[in-house]
Amino acid sequence: MTVAALAIRGLRVEYPLEDGRVVAAVDGLDLEIAQGEIHALVGESGAGKTTVGNALMGLLDAPGRVAAGSVAIAGRDVDFRTGRAAGIVQGRDVGAIFQDPMTSLNPLFTVESQIGETLRFHLGLDRTAARARTLELLRAVGIPEPERRLKAYPHQLSGGQRQRIVIAAALSCDPKLLVADEPTTALDVSVQAQILDLVRGLVRARGLGVLLVTHNMGVVAEIADRVTVMRGGKVVESGKVADVLTRPTHAYVQGLVAAVPRIDTRLARFATIGDETAGAQAARSDLRKRYMRPRAEKLPDAILEVANLTVEYGTGGLLGLGRKSSFRAVDDVSFAVKRGEIFGIVGESGSGKTTVANAVAGLVRAAAGTIRFAGQAIGDRRPRALRGAMQMVFQDPYASLNSRMRIDNALAEPMLFHGIAADRSDADARIAMLIEAVGLAPDAKHRYPFAFSGGQRQRLSIARALAAEPQLVVCDEPTSSLDVSVQAQILNLLKDLRDATGLTLLFISHDLAVVRQMCDRVAVMQGGRIVEMADCDRLFADPQHAYTKRLLSLVPNVARIGNRLEPTGAAP
Amino acid sequence: MKRVPTSVAIAGTVAVALIATALLAPWVAPADPTDIASYNLIDSELPPSFVVGGEARYFLGTDNQGRDLLSAILYGARVSILIGGGAVALAALLGVTLGLVAGYFGGWLDAAIMRVGDVILSLPTILLALLVSGLARALIPDAASASWAPFILIGAIAIHEWVQYARTVRAATMVEVQREYVRAAKVIGLPPLRILGRHILPNVMSSVLVIATINLAGAILTEATLSFLGVGMPPTYPSLGTLIRIGNEFVFSGIWWIAFFPALTLVIGVLAVNIVGDWLRDRFNPKLRSLA
Repeated sequence: MTVAALAIRGLRVEYPLEDGRVVAAVDGLDLEIAQGEIHALVGESGAGKTTVGNALMGLLDAPGRVAAGSVAIAGRDVDFRTGRAAGIVQGRDVGAIFQDPMTSLNPLFTVESQIGETLRFHLGLDRTAARARTLELLRAVGIPEPERRLKAYPHQLSGGQRQRIVIAAALSCDPKLLVADEPTTALDVSVQAQILDLVRGLVRARGLGVLLVTHNMGVVAEIADRVTVMRGGKVVESGKVADVLTRPTHAYVQGLVAAVPRIDTRLARFATIGDETAGAQAARSDLRKRYMRPRAEKLPDAILEVANLTVEYGTGGLLGLGRKSSFRAVDDVSFAVKRGEIFGIVGESGSGKTTVANAVAGLVRAAAGTIRFAGQAIGDRRPRALRGAMQMVFQDPYASLNSRMRIDNALAEPMLFHGIAADRSDADARIAMLIEAVGLAPDAKHRYPFAFSGGQRQRLSIARALAAEPQLVVCDEPTSSLDVSVQAQILNLLKDLRDATGLTLLFISHDLAVVRQMCDRVAVMQGGRIVEMADCDRLFADPQHAYTKRLLSLVPNVARIGNRLEPTGAAP
Repeated sequence: MKRVPTSVAIAGTVAVALIATALLAPWVAPADPTDIASYNLIDSELPPSFVVGGEARYFLGTDNQGRDLLSAILYGARVSILIGGGAVALAALLGVTLGLVAGYFGGWLDAAIMRVGDVILSLPTILLALLVSGLARALIPDAASASWAPFILIGAIAIHEWVQYARTVRAATMVEVQREYVRAAKVIGLPPLRILGRHILPNVMSSVLVIATINLAGAILTEATLSFLGVGMPPTYPSLGTLIRIGNEFVFSGIWWIAFFPALTLVIGVLAVNIVGDWLRDRFNPKLRSLA
């Protein structure tokens, strides 16, 4: 019988608080990973999944400690007082892959020295032997022209290549166990698919055990054999991926699986875990009344028309006066958004989708092209009324609210500035309505942003965008940094608000499944250009452009569990 | 809230006590050294009361004009702190404003402000202050020079110190401008002045407060140095530096106390403020790093 790559029994990790109490980040975890098996550890933020990974690698943050339980790597017990197992060395027998390949490589080391250092330190190889082994590893992880890459620095490599180097370094000493903490979260879907393929192949070939820490159910479905779902430090459900994801028994796991946006079918609403406050519906109908007031002027049907938009980024000289070199981020992009629709722009990083959003919102200057809003051409200097009519919701809920400003002040500012509220007491009444309309309790307005969770902050950002009573809201990756259950709530909220107010949304996202659920029409961007634009259902059912087809085939999908074992891996 | 180390607690208490007594000098000091009628040349150069020959009236003795040294030190510390504080305030006001503008607008305005700052930093503080106060003295008539002296000193010190604030605030502003709450404010349509004042300024202030604390000690020292060199406060309104300069002439005649006690006050005060400042900087440092 073979020894398990990892066996965890009753693991408990504690963080002592200053007042003497103790918080258990992980409580009573049992987990076993056979050789050649990928075991996914999933959960939302605060579930303790990353803590498990850190405990295995001896990387627990200072006050944290393993209070109980045992961990055995390849059959040998880890002694947590020294952080080492008998004969097991972190970095040699346990390899680690982290989330961001940008920061997990030392920018001052070449590829050869990153990997070679580990080899020479742990295996005592000399320079030539280390080089030969490095080349072999680079070939194993599929780096093209490995001889040439030896001398490359991390900044000369793409994100996917960097993650391959990290994997090569993790594999360098033939570990028994690989701990991968969100290994593809920072990567585009096409790169993600390659990395997942690579990991799967290496696991089968080398008999590695992999602990895959992730929040992405699609990744779990694609690659893992078994899955453990954690919540609040405890295991909620554990078993074979096919069983847990298709027939979850625990209510939390059912909700979690239902909240994952699906790419194959479109649902009217997400099923959500823990929904909004009771007053939200009523407040939204108040909001609806405000928006449905008859408007004086007849408004044209196309609210936003972008024609031949080109945006260039330049870098200045020493005094800001010197010669400029420029990079074309958006190249001759044209599209039109109809009043009341949700128009999606999807693309991978560097496709220029965010730049389009910024140009529409007036945050970057267009080099060429026109943007017409409600039939009126708008330039760099925009009249005040027009600025209020177009608002934006940003990606990072932690950076998008001013931490030194109380919520009511933050919401009152646009109202008073645009003359929507006559005075502060008028504004206060509207603030109360808005806060309820985005599903928060009315007392939220007396607090500062730090008192709110990420999802609540995103609700507040949406409330602030609505405070100016806009006709168009540009949403730039509004749910990318949120947990899947919170993402489902926010997407539901955006839809509800659109239905209540007839608002138009320009929805920017890298997540095709989210776009599938949200949008009426979609434009796909690649390298600064729109390659395909169609009705959402048509685009997903019958993509025309090769790039769109490829993107769609690469998205990790919960519904594809059955297919992934087939070696070809092509989507039906 | 983390526990405050003992050394910092002591330094903080000393600093607060010293600053409070100095600012309240007119009410707590035994005599008024600026009032010519209140002292007598007959009492000059008396040693402290705890030394042989000292009188109980004068706890720390008297200076060369018969002024009570304890009162002179309290009043002198008051002058030093007001000038130091004034210089820090002026430098911070100037530096924060210019730093915000440079960081927010960038381009040639940023380049111009920062290059002027670079030129100023290439001159030593004292040299620049001497230059400024020399120029000012040449322009202001002698009769008015005594009443202008504190303002000349404040200007002379601030002209060098603002650059530090401008550099720090500029860097912090450039980071904040990229953050989404600032972009949201731009999308709302708020004018730049309002974004700078209401949104960015409160978020860069913590670093300014840390620099200001550390700078206060430096500014007091610079003032003392200038007064010691004779271009600072006149003997009729002595600061600590002026007292040390006066005392310096008598040290070799055995009259050590005139220089010793003002110098001791200066050292203790500057040390206390510096310890508090360093602690503040360390406390805020992780935050500054996370911003960058």
